[in-house]
Amino acid sequence: MAITVYISCDSGALALGAERIAQAVSREAHQRGIDIRLIRNGSRGLFWLEPLVEVQTDQSRIAYGPVQGHDVSGLFDSGFLNGSPHPLFLGLTEELPFFKKQQRLTFARVGLTDPVSLEDYLAHDGYRGLHNALTISGADIVRQVTDSGLRGRGGAAFPTGIKWNTVLNAEADQKYIICNADEGDSGTFSDRMVMEGDPFVLIEGMTIAGIAVGATQGYIYLRVEYPHAHKALDTAIAKAYAAGYLGQNILGSDKTFDLEVRLGAGAYVCGEETSLMESLEGKRGLVRFKPPLPAISGLFGKPTIVNNVISLASVPIILDKGGEYYRDFGMGRSRGTLPVQLAGNIKYPGLVELAFGLTLRELLYDFGGGSASGRPIKAVQVGGPLGAYLPESQFDTPLDYEAFAAIWAVVGHGGIVVFDDTVDMAEMARYSMEFCAIESCGKCTPCRIGSTRGMEVLDDIIKGRELNKNIPLLRDLCDTLLNGSLCALGGMTPYPVLSALNHFPLDFGLTDQADAA
Amino acid sequence: MTETASMQTTLQDITTRLKDKPGALLPILHEIQNALGYIPKDSITFIASELNLSRAEVHGVISFYHYFRESAPGHHTIHLCRAESCQAMGSKKLEAHVKNRLGIDFHETTPDGKFSLEPVYCLGLCSCSPAMQIDSEVFGRVSAETFDRSLVEIGA
Repeated sequence: MAITVYISCDSGALALGAERIAQAVSREAHQRGIDIRLIRNGSRGLFWLEPLVEVQTDQSRIAYGPVQGHDVSGLFDSGFLNGSPHPLFLGLTEELPFFKKQQRLTFARVGLTDPVSLEDYLAHDGYRGLHNALTISGADIVRQVTDSGLRGRGGAAFPTGIKWNTVLNAEADQKYIICNADEGDSGTFSDRMVMEGDPFVLIEGMTIAGIAVGATQGYIYLRVEYPHAHKALDTAIAKAYAAGYLGQNILGSDKTFDLEVRLGAGAYVCGEETSLMESLEGKRGLVRFKPPLPAISGLFGKPTIVNNVISLASVPIILDKGGEYYRDFGMGRSRGTLPVQLAGNIKYPGLVELAFGLTLRELLYDFGGGSASGRPIKAVQVGGPLGAYLPESQFDTPLDYEAFAAIWAVVGHGGIVVFDDTVDMAEMARYSMEFCAIESCGKCTPCRIGSTRGMEVLDDIIKGRELNKNIPLLRDLCDTLLNGSLCALGGMTPYPVLSALNHFPLDFGLTDQADAA
Repeated sequence: MTETASMQTTLQDITTRLKDKPGALLPILHEIQNALGYIPKDSITFIASELNLSRAEVHGVISFYHYFRESAPGHHTIHLCRAESCQAMGSKKLEAHVKNRLGIDFHETTPDGKFSLEPVYCLGLCSCSPAMQIDSEVFGRVSAETFDRSLVEIGA
């Protein structure tokens, strides 16, 4: 019987050469007359070990990595297909500490299954949530989601159940489900990993959402920078249609749900839900005023749920195991798990799904192993380009929405970007303003003009010009952005800028904290 | 068939197929750029009339989105990430090397028409920063040396 070998097709693995390794393994097996079954799975999320090659043995999967092209014939020579020792031998994948310490709910199948195999999905508990959802009322589905305590994983952390309930109760001839897959935050890649590694879970989550609130059309608004996710989603959607999981009379019920992927076009602001809907309507991605809320008047003026990929991909397990099961993970008002992404200058970068409550320090050192450069970690940015920079003194903050809010920081989408002590925080603050200027939709003045003025003021500060005048000016400008912007792009750019200034005054040419005030 | 006539056929095919979709403009622009490499300025009047929009509306959408372009790109397009995670792993130095090696700045094309260089704000490859994309292929942990090697491999 053929031996099964797994090599990831996740773009992170591909970027490190997984395609070449897959070809080399196939070729080598063919030349040696060995029958193997090569499965291109999602990534386990241990990116310092990619390209990771896993072999199915009697016990479980045995991992080798990181495998380079010149290692392949040696792996065959040493008998890796039987799990034999080799310098790259890592043991059982699931016993690797980075993996074993995790609590994978949303990512349960990612890295385990063939992403676009419906059979594999079904064999690993797939579509159990949808089966349950079809036996209960829409209101009961929404209640399960509300009971789970799930809050929007895109970053705003709004209770998902409340949003769904608003759409459920809205009267309309047409409602929509939109998946916000415009994952533009630097340091985040969990949406991409789900879409590439387990696209059916997102499709199932959206189908459940549609059935719950009576929406018959769904759109996945996917950023154009994710071509591999696009391909995986399109393939999975076609298979779901063919097997009766999408379209009319889903699984023989009277429910209908159609789903389509729409591509963005490189605008960060389109991750903001109202801008996203403008874009889906074929317009410039200008932010809309709220109210009306999208749940009342959203896409094409109809009641619309807009949820992040991870929020929607967490719905199937909630409907499968119940809201209470999910709620039992976490702390305080942050329930369930959060897929954290360790990125930037970190020794062990990757995906860590855990219940809320772990401290940053545990993530950075116990999981991340400290910086990649071996130098001290100076700052971490949590929650993307609009998230605050945190100094070492705040590393004991637990990952919890409220604990982060209390120190004027955000958990956001769970991305953590690590910087060592060579970083110049005034330069990073300037970059935040520059990014805001490049990506501003231009509708509101504080963001459109303030970001450019912010860059200019920071240029002066970096050159050491009139700090006694320019530091207060920067603070004043940030105050305007913070309170006067229409959306989070202008409204949160002050987070990285001011946190950099407050925690690292020396980088701004100030002698101590007091001067920064 | 002349080049203009062939372009017109492409535009006609794409708009006919997609114009009845709700919010059809972005899907249409994507398909045009996929087929031609860019969205020719001459096509705006046609797209506008097919979708019953003003030319200003179509131009406004094309110019709003960084990804859409109105001029032909080089034979290969290099997207180099400028975002924080890549900066934390030395992307600024890499950026200087890339610009120097190609002799162009962002949004420019080499005089021989081989390469266009575009900035990108995150490729979602933050677990292997710094990252770049050349055409549809992605690269992680890019150094000056591996960048040069990639250029050689695609035949520069």
